[in-house]
Amino acid sequence: MAHGPAKGLSRWLFTTNHKDIGSMYLWFSFAMFFMGGIFALVIRAELFQPGLQIVEPDFFNQMTTMHGLVMVFGAVMPAFVGLANWMVPMMIGAPDMALPRMNNWSFWILPFAFALLASTLFMEGGAPNFGWTFYAPLSTTYASDTVTFFIFGVHIMGASSIMGAINIIATILNMRAPGMTLMKMPLFVWTWLITAYLLIAVMPVLAGVVTMMLMDIHFGTSFFDAAGGGDPVLFQHVFWFFGHPEVYIMILPAFGIVSAIIPTFARKPLFGYESMVYATASIAFLSFIVWAHHMFTVGIPLTGELVFMYATMLIAVPTGVKVFNWVTTMWKGAMTFETPMLFSIAFVILFTIGGFSGLMLAIAPADFQYHDTYFVVAHFHYVLVPGAIFSITAGVYYWLPKWSGKMYNEVMGKTHFWLAFIGLNVTFFPMHFSGLAGMPRRIPDYNPLWADWNMISSMGAFLFGAAQLLFLYNVVRTILSGKKATDQVWEGAEGLEWTVASPAPYHTFSTPPQVK
Amino acid sequence: MLSTNTRSLTLLFATSLALSIPALGFADELQFNMTEGVTSVSKEVYGLHMLIFYICCAIGVIVFGAMFYSMFMHRKSRGVEAANFHHSTSLEIVWTAIPFLILILMAIPATTTLKKIYDADDADIDILVTGYQWKWRYEYLGEDVSFFSVLKTPSTQIHNEEDKGKHYLLEVDEPLYIPINKKVRFLVTSSDVIHSWWVPPLAVKRDAIPGYTNAAWTRVEEPGVFRGQCAELCGKDHGFMPIEVHAVSESEFTAWLGKRKEEAAAIREAAKQTLTLEQLLSEGEKVYTKNCAACHQADGKGMPPTFPAIAGSPIADGERPIAEHFNRVLNGGQGMPPFGEQLTPVQAAAVITFQRNAFGNNTGDVVQPIDILKYKQGQ
Ligand code: HEC
Ligand SMILES: [Cu+2]
Repeated sequence: MAHGPAKGLSRWLFTTNHKDIGSMYLWFSFAMFFMGGIFALVIRAELFQPGLQIVEPDFFNQMTTMHGLVMVFGAVMPAFVGLANWMVPMMIGAPDMALPRMNNWSFWILPFAFALLASTLFMEGGAPNFGWTFYAPLSTTYASDTVTFFIFGVHIMGASSIMGAINIIATILNMRAPGMTLMKMPLFVWTWLITAYLLIAVMPVLAGVVTMMLMDIHFGTSFFDAAGGGDPVLFQHVFWFFGHPEVYIMILPAFGIVSAIIPTFARKPLFGYESMVYATASIAFLSFIVWAHHMFTVGIPLTGELVFMYATMLIAVPTGVKVFNWVTTMWKGAMTFETPMLFSIAFVILFTIGGFSGLMLAIAPADFQYHDTYFVVAHFHYVLVPGAIFSITAGVYYWLPKWSGKMYNEVMGKTHFWLAFIGLNVTFFPMHFSGLAGMPRRIPDYNPLWADWNMISSMGAFLFGAAQLLFLYNVVRTILSGKKATDQVWEGAEGLEWTVASPAPYHTFSTPPQVK
Repeated sequence: MLSTNTRSLTLLFATSLALSIPALGFADELQFNMTEGVTSVSKEVYGLHMLIFYICCAIGVIVFGAMFYSMFMHRKSRGVEAANFHHSTSLEIVWTAIPFLILILMAIPATTTLKKIYDADDADIDILVTGYQWKWRYEYLGEDVSFFSVLKTPSTQIHNEEDKGKHYLLEVDEPLYIPINKKVRFLVTSSDVIHSWWVPPLAVKRDAIPGYTNAAWTRVEEPGVFRGQCAELCGKDHGFMPIEVHAVSESEFTAWLGKRKEEAAAIREAAKQTLTLEQLLSEGEKVYTKNCAACHQADGKGMPPTFPAIAGSPIADGERPIAEHFNRVLNGGQGMPPFGEQLTPVQAAAVITFQRNAFGNNTGDVVQPIDILKYKQGQ
């Protein structure tokens, strides 16, 4: 307990403290969230009306690509790692992460990865313009030279994620307080444990696929070049073998956060804890055998198409179990609706809507009409924005008082919620319609048939973006001048993290607590 | 607390609604659902789409209904005490089993339709569809008819200098013709990156992948014009490579095909003639505008470094041997598409002559169609 943090910059550069590193991850992710948001607003500004007004088609493609890459790898994933850093040790009664030096390293290589990626915006040839899915040969034979920066950027991000995942697994498996059996762990810890295994399984696959691209581009191989005997469809199989588990990497920790928040504000224990654990594990398992549902139109043989369709439909079962459990947790509780709860309820509703459109997309014959349209864009934004982003936001409001020792402003928090909620739905709901009406994704200009929906979407996007400024202001204000928070913070909160003081001391659980 | 919240919520909702209303008056028709399409397959697909949608709605009503009821009734402000239950095996079994059964019911019709979509055998007509950056090529197999199909919308409309037409970005210079009541098979492939050939009213979407030939089919029952677009990101002008299918009666189709064959013969004839510089230049400028300006720009300055300038290019201004110019245009390479197949000998000769005599490249060279044929034979 004797020593506190070092002073000045060296505290942040050399820190091995899970709380410091968690904060850095969260701030980094917040910055990336705004950067990715600006890219999105460029897209929405161009699409406000038919015709080309603001950007050229090639720059438009750079924006869609960078928006996707930055949001997925820069905003959502680091935010979850940040939350894990802060909360996993505190939830299992551990003094820190198992591998604190590696923890420092996992974080500090990230800014370099993104500096590399973002620097391409200022280079001749421009930023990656082949979509965040970077299908070959558009991203190899036909890409500009800057693609090499993108490849190295992805390598570094992957290394960071793998190290983070190893650290989380090592921490959870080795450092739980006495009495904290696996089946007593908070669900956030469980979902992160499973997510970490997913990361270790698929990040090397991503590294593999970009390395194959690198070889094709610079060393004359033809993994993905049909003219050299290679196979462009192979790229997609490898990419989606990473990509599908990746989408669960971005949602499983969200399940964990919401499963912490809903019981707190319903003042009632989580319903079906065990089935939640099993559902998470089955979703993780299924996530490895459904990848080709992203490729229904590439011409997979009928049997393959059917198998992937059935497997994909199956995911609805464990996902349904989760939703039913959350609703039943609320049932006969004594609910209050503070900001974290509002975001969590919106999560359940809107994520379920995204799940519904996912189920529709699973029906292969119908997917022939949905695929690569705005319907898909609507679908994955419904699972990612209210899914990942809302749960992270909920988590920040929920734990900020514990982290900072100060209470955020509730009125501002609720205003943020309603603005974001309305903005989100106004942005993404019309995309279902424009997509069903036939608008392909990733186009800078379109037939006036879809003009109304696009105009509404664009207005919603700017509202959503503005709402996030309020969030930033509220967080900064809390840290600088918020009212003192109690140690318990929330009346109904349970778990080890609430047994320590607010703000959480620099070192917690130096002597492990005894869990009953 | 509650009342201020409700008030601010109503206000926000009202303003966002008010903002959207003028926008809604924009188009004369507002489409928000999938098209039923014009084939038996597209109608089945639409049926599946609606079925799964209604199932989702029903589940949504139950789940959200329970949730909203609970949010209203079980709130602390109503003075309720929280219950303490947290487990029920029977409930868990029920809500695992019921969705499972629903899924099986859903999988049956989906499987039937999918089988139908995959059954591309016994076609009456085969059309090879090839994606290029950024246009489509259609070849009627066994008929000696093939042509490119390129966006027709003028760039003045795209750049908002002129009002946009009804079929803005969904219109082409040379539509694809198919006969009604015949099974037409599309063999879809690509010559460069991946594209996807999608015509929503036919419910046909197949990826065009280099090295692969994917089969899809349709049988249209009513004559009509059906439009679609490339659906897979394929580079800069991905949004500008539409598809236009004209389904016509069989007799009309035969007549059209006959005319096309005559044109092909005429092109072969034309390749034998000698043209004047003026003829070549005027034809060449047209070819350039249609095929080359997208990358090399109308002023010949290109978009370096991706697309080099033609003005002052060593390949086009006589500094390097003319064979390199032929090779670049006919065979492409390094981001430059091959035009050997796309341009007739007359067009190729014309555009090369044009490039060698425009944008300040004053070589005075005249390239004749016969030179192109000789070059191709020599390869
Ligand atoms: C899809 C974009 C694209 C289109 C369309 C296109 N080109 Fe090119 N062109 C290129 C690229 C890229 C290069 C550079 C290839 C290289 O580096 O060798 C190029 C190079 C050339 C060159 C050599 C210039 C030099 O200095 O290297 C000529 C000549 C040329 N193109 C002619 C044409 C003609 C004629 C047409 C139309 C019939 C055309 N191009 C259409 C992309 C295009
Ligand atoms: Cu295309």
